[in-house]
Amino acid sequence: MKQVTASGQTVEDAVQSALKQLNTTEDQVNVDIIDEGKKGMFGIFGTKRAIVKVTVAENHLQQVETYLKQIVSAFSEDVFVETSTKGSTVTFDLSGKSIALLIGKRGQTLNAIQYLVQVALNRLSKERYHVVVDAEGYRKRRKETLEQLAHRLADKANKIKKHVSLEPMPSYERKIIHSALQHNEQIATYSDGTEPNRHVVIKPVTK
Amino acid sequence: MKALIQTIVEPLVDHPEEIQVNVKEESGKMIYHLTVHPEDVGKVIGKNGRIAKVIRTVVYAAGSDTKKRIYLDIM
Repeated sequence: MKQVTASGQTVEDAVQSALKQLNTTEDQVNVDIIDEGKKGMFGIFGTKRAIVKVTVAENHLQQVETYLKQIVSAFSEDVFVETSTKGSTVTFDLSGKSIALLIGKRGQTLNAIQYLVQVALNRLSKERYHVVVDAEGYRKRRKETLEQLAHRLADKANKIKKHVSLEPMPSYERKIIHSALQHNEQIATYSDGTEPNRHVVIKPVTK
Repeated sequence: MKALIQTIVEPLVDHPEEIQVNVKEESGKMIYHLTVHPEDVGKVIGKNGRIAKVIRTVVYAAGSDTKKRIYLDIM
């Protein structure tokens, strides 16, 4: 952890001087005031300089972004990562060459990377974060595909009057299916099996 | 590949200095043997082997352009 003690005529001056030494900005540090300083008489007698201790706050998000970049670099040289935070959800958006390789079959590689980043982040940080790793709009495309699949299989379940099981999916993908069919009153959905083989089942509602 | 395994495991454990990756080559396949500090074993395996599984997924995918089949052995 980097930290610096600096002095100046006022607290503000001291902080600015410390920030210059650390080469950072005020929103990335914690400031401890050791001495507020005194102006003295006419600015000549009894002046005391302000002293502050400035510590660079550990930026967990930046640390995991580096972690993610390191993993991704094993796949392709030119991948960019864009980070955005919304509440406790952190989204890393990947773009660049060989994105398909990073996504993998049905997103399995992307999901694996996402889980690693989430575990790493929550180990570092006291707060709990939910991590989403996306690649060139994959999550949105997948959502549309799943919704279409849901409606198609709901029709099928209705027609053959039998339960229709889907393949195992991670929880947020199952959630997409459940919410897509939430308002369809001819069928009901539930999840069956235990992780990692938990899957959605669509059953027709008999009247 | 060895560096990738090291990188992936590092933030997951309490004793990153004790991560060891040994490589063994056998007919047509590369075997990477990962060893960590005894206290960290659970952390790289995870609940129901979930972390071990994702480490393998990432490593196998990264090695998909090499001709040899890759195996990752944990402990």
